[in-house]
Amino acid sequence: MRRIGLGAAAIVAASALVLTGCAGGDGGNEGNNAGGVITTNGSEPQNPLVPTNTNETGGGKILDAIFAGLVYYDGEGAAHNDVAESIETEDSQTYTITLREGLEFTNGEPVNADSFIDAWNYGALLSNEQLSSYFFEDIEGFSWDEDSELTGLEKVSETEFTVTLKQPLSDFPLRLGYSAYYPLPASAFEDMDAFGENPVGNGPYMLDGEGAWKHDERITLAVNPDYDGPREPQNDGLEIVFYASQDAAYADLQGGNLDVLDAIPDAAFGTYQDDLGDRWVNQPAAIFQSFTIPERLAHWSGEEGNLRRQAVSMAINRDEITEVIFQGTRTPASDFTSPVIDGWTDELEGAEALEYNPEEAQRLWAEADAINPFTGSFQIAYNADGGHQSWVDAVANSVKNTLGIDASGQPYPTFAEARTLITERQIQTAFRTGWQADYPGLYNFLGPLYATNAGSNDGDYSNPEFDALLAEGATSTEIEEGTALFQQAQEILLQDLPVIPLWYSNVTGGWGEDVENVTFGWNSVPLYHEITKG
Amino acid sequence: MARYLLWRVLQAIPVLIGTTFLIYFMVFAMPGDPILALFGDKTPNPALLARLRAEYHLDEPFIVQYWYYFTGIFQGDFGTSFTGEPTTEILARTFPVTIRLAVLAMLFQSIAGILVGLVSGLRKGKLFDASALAVSLVLISLPIFVVAFVAQYVFGIQLGWARTTVGAGAPWADLVLPALVLASVSFAQIVRLTRASVIETQGLDFVRTAYGKGLSRSRVIPVHILRNSLIPVVTYLGTDFGVLLVGATVTEGIFNVPGVGRTLYQAILRGEGPTVVSFVTVMVLIYLVVNLVIDLLYAVLDPRIRYVK
Repeated sequence: MRRIGLGAAAIVAASALVLTGCAGGDGGNEGNNAGGVITTNGSEPQNPLVPTNTNETGGGKILDAIFAGLVYYDGEGAAHNDVAESIETEDSQTYTITLREGLEFTNGEPVNADSFIDAWNYGALLSNEQLSSYFFEDIEGFSWDEDSELTGLEKVSETEFTVTLKQPLSDFPLRLGYSAYYPLPASAFEDMDAFGENPVGNGPYMLDGEGAWKHDERITLAVNPDYDGPREPQNDGLEIVFYASQDAAYADLQGGNLDVLDAIPDAAFGTYQDDLGDRWVNQPAAIFQSFTIPERLAHWSGEEGNLRRQAVSMAINRDEITEVIFQGTRTPASDFTSPVIDGWTDELEGAEALEYNPEEAQRLWAEADAINPFTGSFQIAYNADGGHQSWVDAVANSVKNTLGIDASGQPYPTFAEARTLITERQIQTAFRTGWQADYPGLYNFLGPLYATNAGSNDGDYSNPEFDALLAEGATSTEIEEGTALFQQAQEILLQDLPVIPLWYSNVTGGWGEDVENVTFGWNSVPLYHEITKG
Repeated sequence: MARYLLWRVLQAIPVLIGTTFLIYFMVFAMPGDPILALFGDKTPNPALLARLRAEYHLDEPFIVQYWYYFTGIFQGDFGTSFTGEPTTEILARTFPVTIRLAVLAMLFQSIAGILVGLVSGLRKGKLFDASALAVSLVLISLPIFVVAFVAQYVFGIQLGWARTTVGAGAPWADLVLPALVLASVSFAQIVRLTRASVIETQGLDFVRTAYGKGLSRSRVIPVHILRNSLIPVVTYLGTDFGVLLVGATVTEGIFNVPGVGRTLYQAILRGEGPTVVSFVTVMVLIYLVVNLVIDLLYAVLDPRIRYVK
């Protein structure tokens, strides 16, 4: 679970004014750090650096650099073995995992079956209150009611263990590259707080000595000389500078103090391509944006609600909004997942519901009115601290102009307030929703969101037909077969529209003149180990 | 004098209790569950949610939460942030940075502001005066983030004279540009205050007497005119120093200064009660001390002022 940090409010500087009277300066740029150390942007981790307790991008980026999991994801999101020698199963329920021999943590402790079994048990234990504990809920023995051991984990030898799941899950191996599944050295369990401050991993990088994490400022990572996995660093280290606003990071990129930036600020959307020459990227990411119209609202249930949802969806001019408001940094949605995920397609049956079609929208709306005339207004709730106002207003206007109803945005001051109202089901309007994938699989975009009673099913959607297809797809042992089932499940969603898909967020990044080989991974984070400098 | 000091210190106690209570109440009253926000757009399992709430006492009524915090203070425990870092450590880390920034800004604005204001006042109506007034008007009317962005763009990116943001360890050199930005608004205020005060003082009898005694301009201006014009300026500088110390949120954000303002802003966004309250408590303390120092400075500037309880 990766959380997108609160977007800094977009502030647009007025026209260039020349300051009078003050001659500033400290005698020129210091330039970057010596050698091939890559400087990049990040944010202060919101929790200690413990893999199972990190669910946001600030800490996740660091953990991914200093730990190596059983598998890792390449730029396309495909999983390859890293610590694992092999992951085998016959029934998708019991997996036999063999580890590469002779691997060590940077403190010399061995990476063995216990490193994984103990780390996963720690992460799953209810009283440890780990934010990512739900990643273990499919393993036998997991409980939300009391502390219990993951009995599904069995050690076979120093380099082999088996995992037994509660039910077959064909995408389980794909999940294992997520940070919650990283191994921990035995010394970590003696004092997890101290470990979270100075974590010891087995990845391509390691902390550059005690206290390398300068809170609220930066963390310095050195190359781990003992790492011999597939992510061999091509540079001399990584310095992650914590920024409170993307604007400051962008200024540093332009000023030559930052090598790689993975999020261009909103204010620079119009200019970054000119500013950076050919040193930028703008491609879809594994982030799906939508809004939800819960069925419990009057006029939005049953046949009437279904017609209205279709009408609203077709009343939104996604192409124009992504172009005008986001300057092409969003890609209009054509399904409920993301183009970076294997199995994504824009040719699902019923995908025309996501295309702008004012005549059809008006026709469907009139049909719904024939069942029960519409009263009141249509509002979309959002948190005002996340930079959402402009697109919400644009979507509301598009709906208003097409359908001729009263439509507007409904801001709540903070993210916490909006989320609380949504979670407690107190919200009486449509509301903004979004999903950033934990691992590159179709199921991750569908199961947690639309299955009956699923954790993040904020609109309380329920369709037995969808549930059945989803379950069948999740347990299928053939990848292609599973994908086909998930696509069928999505075609049901396109009819029901439990959420109105809007667009996929893009990763918009830039880099400096000194670095090369910058590519961005499926999760919008640059593949740091590949970057060269100098 | 000693009695006066003691009285002022005693006065500070109820102020402190009152403010911590009020701030705690306001953070508590902020709608929304900060624990829920930790999970982003994803909804956590209710069992986990309940346990985390209990850990931070968020499931207790307000007065109980405040009681935990207040009694903790007397055991040296000012609470911890969600990262598990004691707020005292956060304070110890961020305040030195902000203090350095504030000191630099104070130096710039007081030296430049008083000098320009003095010259302006002495040459009332002349070209220098007119341009100083115009420049100060522009600086006062510009929002600080405009000044900050422009300065960052011009001096940091275009000219390359300064680092665009503050680098590792927040060295003095990197703080110069943000300090100048911070100083710009107050500089303009000080110019205007000093100018007005100098003009008023110039016309007073004792100045005429000083000239009449045959004293030179170089003696009358600093000793008689300037010194007597400084009381309003010192009052302003004092409160302004307090403002600078409690953190310049906007400027620290734009220049990525790891100081009080930036940290407090993020703590507020995350709803971290203990961090916010500890920061604000220290800020209140700073205000109290700064105000006391200003009051004591008055006597230095004007011997007629005495302190009686």
